[in-house]
Amino acid sequence: MKYAYYPGCSSHSTARDMRESASAVARALGIELVELDGWSCCGATAAHQTDRVLAASLPAANLLLAQRMGLDTVVTCAACYSRMKAANHEVSSSPDMQKKVADAVGQPYDGSVAVRHLIEVLLEDVGIPKLKKSLVRSLNGLKVASYYGCLLVRPHDVTGFDDAENPASLDRLVEAMGGNSVDWPCKVDCCGGGLNLTRTDVVVKLSGSIIDMAAAAGADCIAVACPMCQASLDLRQNDMKRSTGKDYRMPIVYITQLLGLCLDLKPQELGLNRLMVSPDVVLQAVSAKG
Amino acid sequence: MTIVISKKRRMAGLRPLVEEMSGVKLGACYQCRKCSAGCPVAGTAGSAPSEIIRRLHLGAGDELLQSGLVWMCLSCETCYGRCPMQINFPAVIDALRGLSVEKGIKAPRGNMPLFNRMFLENVRIFGRSYDLSMIAGYKLGSGKIMDDAEKFPAMLRKGKMAVLPPSGADKKAVRRIFENTGGVKGKTK
Repeated sequence: MKYAYYPGCSSHSTARDMRESASAVARALGIELVELDGWSCCGATAAHQTDRVLAASLPAANLLLAQRMGLDTVVTCAACYSRMKAANHEVSSSPDMQKKVADAVGQPYDGSVAVRHLIEVLLEDVGIPKLKKSLVRSLNGLKVASYYGCLLVRPHDVTGFDDAENPASLDRLVEAMGGNSVDWPCKVDCCGGGLNLTRTDVVVKLSGSIIDMAAAAGADCIAVACPMCQASLDLRQNDMKRSTGKDYRMPIVYITQLLGLCLDLKPQELGLNRLMVSPDVVLQAVSAKG
Repeated sequence: MTIVISKKRRMAGLRPLVEEMSGVKLGACYQCRKCSAGCPVAGTAGSAPSEIIRRLHLGAGDELLQSGLVWMCLSCETCYGRCPMQINFPAVIDALRGLSVEKGIKAPRGNMPLFNRMFLENVRIFGRSYDLSMIAGYKLGSGKIMDDAEKFPAMLRKGKMAVLPPSGADKKAVRRIFENTGGVKGKTK
């Protein structure tokens, strides 16, 4: 199992824990991630809000690097995943856009490099049976709310990830780890991430209602696969407290951090020390005798 | 929703331009309002996706660019995902944003155009996003200097904010893309 790996900009800044846990889990499971040499930003929301050709060209430049390696591209950030899939869609559905992107990048690109989220690799290429055999620890019934957010599942004809309204990929991983995947209605709601710096009030409101709902469903923690969701939900809990007066202590962990713990990796290796809200309840569940 | 139409304006309005920029045909919308029902910010923004589309149908001009949703839309794609006619409304919003910057419409609360400019300028220079520099530029430009100030020490201590600029990107390739596309728009300082 060898893939071209696109870490994305946040993996060196606000989401170092995402990169650390993804790399550690991949290593432990024998998934070889070869970082794209010279990779650059996918353009994120700023590019698509500014210029359509720019928004397709920035991901295309990176996908061309993967094409030269002859490997599928694996990403761990849902935003990069979305922008790369959107670029593939733009380029392969419009000859005009394909020409514009080729002019901008300086090389032709037809949109054919496969883009996959690490979750898809875990479920489809490793598979639950093999994954289960590798796990040495259990979540011991820890109640986990699986949160997918927007960018993995929408627009579904572009990303093709799981189901647009009721995805179960993360839930399946949680169950495989011996966790209790809670049934809740906010799986694909928006955390407001795009407005994190500009309209923090909106983020606090949207993310707050997601945490409220997870807590009401009995969740001990929320599992995420997107660094924007992680930042909104984890970093904004003190702002939520300021706005509602309620005390929020919901750990927001990457699914790869949970997997890493069950693979008996150290919390430090998985960046669990970087979370704003303490993941103690998760660590206790994993270390308990199952 | 109440839509006021000026008798003086010619009827074409922004619609042809928006359709051309986004590649979206707005005639397919029959106002079922599923988009508006699912929109997480329609209430806060004071305008909903179906209303924006209807106003475009009715020949809305530049006044549409003042709608709250233009810069508050999260591109969460819920509207697009649920539209029975597969109308890509987020692409419509992106076109309205482009027009808004092009026409120099006054920046909305929170100044997202400034944020976008700062983000892309850093990508143009470093080839990757440099959060610290981007945030500093945005804070200076927007005057929101003290917002989230209490979070920075913890973020730095926990390694959640890179101090040094990113390295390793093929900067030449990125510059080429910026030079050959719309690049960092509205770069008037």
